Amino acid sequence: MSLSKTTVTTPSYRQRIGYHGMLVGGTALLASALLVMGNTSTKHVIAQRHAEDVQQMLSEVVPPTLHDNDLLHDKFELDGKEIYQARLENEVSAVAFQVAEPGYSGIITMIMAVNKDSKLLGVRVVSHTETPGLGDKMEAARSDWVYSFEGKQLSDDNHKQWAVKKDGGQFDQFTGATITPRAIVKAVKAGMQFFANHKQRLLSYEPGPESAISEVKENG
Amino acid sequence: MADVKMKTIMRDGIWNNNVVFAQMLALCPLLAVTSTATNGLGMGIASLAVMIASSLVVSIMRDFITKEVRLPVFVLLIATIVTLVDMSMNAWLHEMHKVLGLFIPLIVTNCAILGRVESFASHQPVGKAVADGFFMGIGFTVALVAVGATREMLGSGTLFANAALLLGDAFAFMELTVIPEYGGFLLMILPPGAFIALGFILAGKRVIDARISRDEDNDLPIIPTPAEGHSH
Repeated sequence: MSLSKTTVTTPSYRQRIGYHGMLVGGTALLASALLVMGNTSTKHVIAQRHAEDVQQMLSEVVPPTLHDNDLLHDKFELDGKEIYQARLENEVSAVAFQVAEPGYSGIITMIMAVNKDSKLLGVRVVSHTETPGLGDKMEAARSDWVYSFEGKQLSDDNHKQWAVKKDGGQFDQFTGATITPRAIVKAVKAGMQFFANHKQRLLSYEPGPESAISEVKENG
Repeated sequence: MADVKMKTIMRDGIWNNNVVFAQMLALCPLLAVTSTATNGLGMGIASLAVMIASSLVVSIMRDFITKEVRLPVFVLLIATIVTLVDMSMNAWLHEMHKVLGLFIPLIVTNCAILGRVESFASHQPVGKAVADGFFMGIGFTVALVAVGATREMLGSGTLFANAALLLGDAFAFMELTVIPEYGGFLLMILPPGAFIALGFILAGKRVIDARISRDEDNDLPIIPTPAEGHSH
């Protein structure tokens, strides 16, 4: 069969070690070349799509009635986090920022918004790699679970409430998946803590050099 | 082996030599994603695309690949194709990628693709290799949807939940609630449920196969086919 056919019709050079090395090496080279080409041609489009996703999520967690500025481009950095400030006539009304936490199978990235009264406006998952059908119920499109964060506050006496029900907290876990909601609750709690620690800075409006540059660009 | 009829390729791919029901391959992604019929369909479509593409590439390169190093070469090619599919879907079919994206890395763990490339595409002409990839992919999709539908109906009482997210709003009619006010049966959603459902489906296929072969025995006696002439 095929084995005997190969031995008869194969030229002798194909049996040399060198040919095998060249073949694997050549395929690896071809694969890397294809991947580099694929990466360079999709990188910018993917970044663009990701920015659109973030904007979409931002507009979901920060209602348009709370701001009159361009949320996506009006941001500054604090403690390694990018802060999106929502302002109404130069008064800060809410802030949004990303939080991340390892879930069941990879990092879950979320965006959350807190208003000036320290109330959680909402949470949305930007990206994750959780198990389809089990851990993906935190997507707003699939389940209402993520809305259960809305209006929640973190104070000194309700720390224990910030956990899933299995751990004695107030948030439901999913059927068959506890690790994912546990990770999300943990990340959002850390985000609330971050807000409490930096409340002063987060709620003050300081037109930094970045926004000055972007204003110049818009004018020019 | 050298001359396989298209009809045989089709029948093998979908029924006789089905990736899951006959070859018992690709059980890892099967167990992982078939908690609903929609997820099974999503995984099936993504695997189908990769199966066709890898069969095509390996069949084109079949004359250069020697048997000593074929496996690393196949693995490299399949991994490259999966990564390229992932990247281009993320860029140009972004909405679909949000839904199917989770399944794509799982395709690399699908030994069925390597298996078909190794046993079929690496010594068949391009057209037949692509047809084999297509029908094997369809067979795999059928298996995933069958197991997914069984588990979903018994586990959560619905069928094709969230199909509109995967296929677009036009397919919202597929979302059915089979058993209203159903409390849910967690076991079927968890991996053991996949084993149980798969076991019953496999037994069902055996019963059908046995019936078919009995009918054939009655209709026309099997004439032993003369062994094909030795290839030189």
